[in-house]
Amino acid sequence: MTDTTVREKATTAPPRATKPTGPIGARVERKEDARFLTGAGQYTDDVTLPHQTYACFVRSPHAHAKIRSVRTEAAKRSPGVLAVYTGADLPASVGGLPCGWLITGSDGKPMKEPKHPILAQGKARYVGDQVAIVIAETYDQAKEAAQLVEVDYEPLPAVVDVRDATRKGAPAVHDEAPDNVCYVWGLGDKAAVDAAFASAAHVTTLEFVNNRLIPNAIEPRACNAAYSRADDSYTLYVANQNPHVERLLMTAFVLGLPEHKVRVIAPDVGGGFGSKIYLYAEETVCVWASRLVGRPIKWTAERSESFLSDAHGRDHVTKAELALDKDGKFLALRVKTSAAMGAYLSTFASCIPTILYATLLAGQYTTPAIHCEVTAVFTNTAPVDAYRGAGRPEATYVVERLVATAAREMSLAQDEIRRRNFIRKFPYATPVALTYDTGDYEACLDGAMKLADVAGFPKRREEAAKRGKLRGLGYSSYIEACGLAPSNVAGSLGARAGLFEAGEVRVHPTGKVTVFTGSHSHGQGHETTFAQVVADRLGIAVDDVDVVHGDTGRIPFGMGTYGSRSIAVGGTAIMKAVDKVVAKGRKIAAHLMEVSDADVEFKDGKFTVKGTDKNVPFAQVALTAYVPHNYPLDKLEPGLDETAFYDPTNFTYPAGTHICEVEIDPETGETKIASFSACDDFGNVINPMIVEGQVHGGLAQGIGQALLEGCVYDKESGQLLTGSYMDYAMPRAADLPSFKVDTRVTPCTHNPLGVKGCGEAGAIGAPAAVINAICDAVGVKDVEMPATSERVWRAIRSAQKRS
Amino acid sequence: MKIPVSLAVNGKPVSAEIEPRTLLVEFLRGPLQLTGTHVGCDTAQCGACTVLVDGKPMKSCNMLAIQAQGRSITTIEGLATDGALHPMQAAFRKHHGLQCGFCTPGMVMAAVGLAGQAKQPTEAQIREALDGNFCRCTGYHNIVKAVQEGLAEMTA
Repeated sequence: MTDTTVREKATTAPPRATKPTGPIGARVERKEDARFLTGAGQYTDDVTLPHQTYACFVRSPHAHAKIRSVRTEAAKRSPGVLAVYTGADLPASVGGLPCGWLITGSDGKPMKEPKHPILAQGKARYVGDQVAIVIAETYDQAKEAAQLVEVDYEPLPAVVDVRDATRKGAPAVHDEAPDNVCYVWGLGDKAAVDAAFASAAHVTTLEFVNNRLIPNAIEPRACNAAYSRADDSYTLYVANQNPHVERLLMTAFVLGLPEHKVRVIAPDVGGGFGSKIYLYAEETVCVWASRLVGRPIKWTAERSESFLSDAHGRDHVTKAELALDKDGKFLALRVKTSAAMGAYLSTFASCIPTILYATLLAGQYTTPAIHCEVTAVFTNTAPVDAYRGAGRPEATYVVERLVATAAREMSLAQDEIRRRNFIRKFPYATPVALTYDTGDYEACLDGAMKLADVAGFPKRREEAAKRGKLRGLGYSSYIEACGLAPSNVAGSLGARAGLFEAGEVRVHPTGKVTVFTGSHSHGQGHETTFAQVVADRLGIAVDDVDVVHGDTGRIPFGMGTYGSRSIAVGGTAIMKAVDKVVAKGRKIAAHLMEVSDADVEFKDGKFTVKGTDKNVPFAQVALTAYVPHNYPLDKLEPGLDETAFYDPTNFTYPAGTHICEVEIDPETGETKIASFSACDDFGNVINPMIVEGQVHGGLAQGIGQALLEGCVYDKESGQLLTGSYMDYAMPRAADLPSFKVDTRVTPCTHNPLGVKGCGEAGAIGAPAAVINAICDAVGVKDVEMPATSERVWRAIRSAQKRS
Repeated sequence: MKIPVSLAVNGKPVSAEIEPRTLLVEFLRGPLQLTGTHVGCDTAQCGACTVLVDGKPMKSCNMLAIQAQGRSITTIEGLATDGALHPMQAAFRKHHGLQCGFCTPGMVMAAVGLAGQAKQPTEAQIREALDGNFCRCTGYHNIVKAVQEGLAEMTA
């Protein structure tokens, strides 16, 4: 791994710290809100095309079964039905859904990649696996006919738990992986870690489950696929976070269609949280079938289908050990994790518990030796892939649960043990392949302690005790690697794609601007934030900049939105395009003012001759570019429309400290979040209002993981027991507190905006803070997530028994 | 078999022939093309489809269109008047009470429906009152602020 370590490149001018003078740093109200608040948004299911048809999928009711036969005659005769297709109808040229990241195991062998057919072939491997598609004039007709599809299943034993799946004699999900192991992968210096443990004054050990979560964007997945005979092309509307990636994977790896003959539009998308990154079977089948049916096919998941078939998140079983010297300095960290992959490898499944997990195990600390071994395991469940945070919440949970536990065991204050181990010199190369460019961890710790009024906690605890309640305080000092990613580094780690971003800045003759970005907004507010960035740089009004995203037919290229990458990578691509616009504009202005290019500077929306007040405004330069009557046509093309691709030189490293205060009723185990404080360093902030909103949302999902949410499959039958909102506890308004949030700023050193990304921080930091608080209140070493009232009640009883 | 239904939607009379099993939300999103009302679940728990029926918030997936016979329905499309946002819509915008926008129409309608129930509800009361509406993006923090201000503006 050492050769893949990211080394910091020398940076250009230091990015400025946030000080709102222009649109950057201002709390600009969102441009997109006008349509969302009036019902004018257009989500995929809102799109109805001429001659629309509707699809319903037949899904396996078994977790594991041989498909002996599928009889479709009755369904085909059902009213309104146009077509029924099964796995047997797929031509040999149709491939399986690809995995975008090749992990090479510690044994040097590539991971096992069993075929993931878009309609089950031979076997169904989880409850909800799609077996057939029924296409009809109306959805009701398709659904009724779907019930007439007769599938003769031979049920097979199933395994849904990672611990069971690797036991001897466990049923094999795939013949290619008889032991259910996809790969065993390691990172770090095992010998150095073992040596450090041998000489440690203290070792803290924890074993826990990082609970499986179901993403639950409120807009269910949906698609609408149309084939045009006129030019032999396809248009796919799909609720997706990265339409170009969707198109590339679908055309090049599955359907064998010419990429330029497929247009993918991800219109308004109602939340993603990772679950809409992936290329799924449903939209791929609809595109394939749309040509055969000759009419557009719409499919929208019912929520029950979302529960069954969206890629889930987390699902780790981990043993973690921290070695410390007598002063509480961390000497080494040893982690062993089994991570569920589910029945098939989803698009980025393999890199989540490896590249986005083990590399973050240094946390904010100078731990000199770290080793992590990850076993990825197939199970008869829905696929597991990135969900908000993706690997980094799991890493933070390992580190921060260990740190909190070690502090208690060694009678050190929670802030003190962290201060003794914080990284203070940057750039800092961790023993797990990353180089942090900048940070100030103590500033965020202090900030969070102030927000949380840690000084007043003993009094509050005492007061709660008088009322018969238990109070506890929990810290979590997280770090994440965002701004994915330097393509060469990702490539050397197994990525099968680049991770740059593209942006186009089109200046219109009147000086108004349309920005085309490869990033995709599904709640993040890019239409506002990106407009602020461009308006700030060009010295024009935010309302004069429109941002277009989510359409392969309009945007040059894009890798999409995930991993808190949009502003750091997508925003920088736009900045680079703006730079080109300004550079060309300078030449046009120099011509107009009859001076040399070098004498012209661009500031506050004007091209000015240095040292004078002679200038031409931006809009005049734009007009000149499109009406080139007085123009250096021999040297310069007309027009003002520039495109840039940006590939980052390093990840960005947002970090911060979250402090949770809980109050527990010892009689019932009911746990209330008394307060939650988050102090984060996202580098420069473009729009504080939007950033705070991202933090709030992330915290809700992190607290949801810690207290409420847990996906449960029945061990015997493999049935999903938490398959509806009656069974899966999504956080509601009354489950959460108001949050106290603040930021500190160390600008990212390697992008021009000095930004790091903020989308996942809440979900990354919160779970450990909550569980640490509960452990503090109850006086136990661990409570399993989700810490339901029952689990907390049992923990209280076990603590009482011990004392 | 189709049956006739007549009702008022956003102040306009509507008459149609529908299948008896048609849900109100299907009627709104389908024939009436009022796609601002969303469907986020199949168990009447997410609240994305909330509309006002005679001024009271109802989950439109949880009633048949025929049950709206003779009644007055307000959807998110009918909330703004003369191009001006309703105070609740304005408060959601001001306080960043929405992100992806999918739960927003239902959330706004549910919030509007709170007016008249309690004059100046506390934060805790608002959180309890929004029990029927999921938001996965905002963590509710800014929604609560928006609802507080929206209700105050509505009663001002």
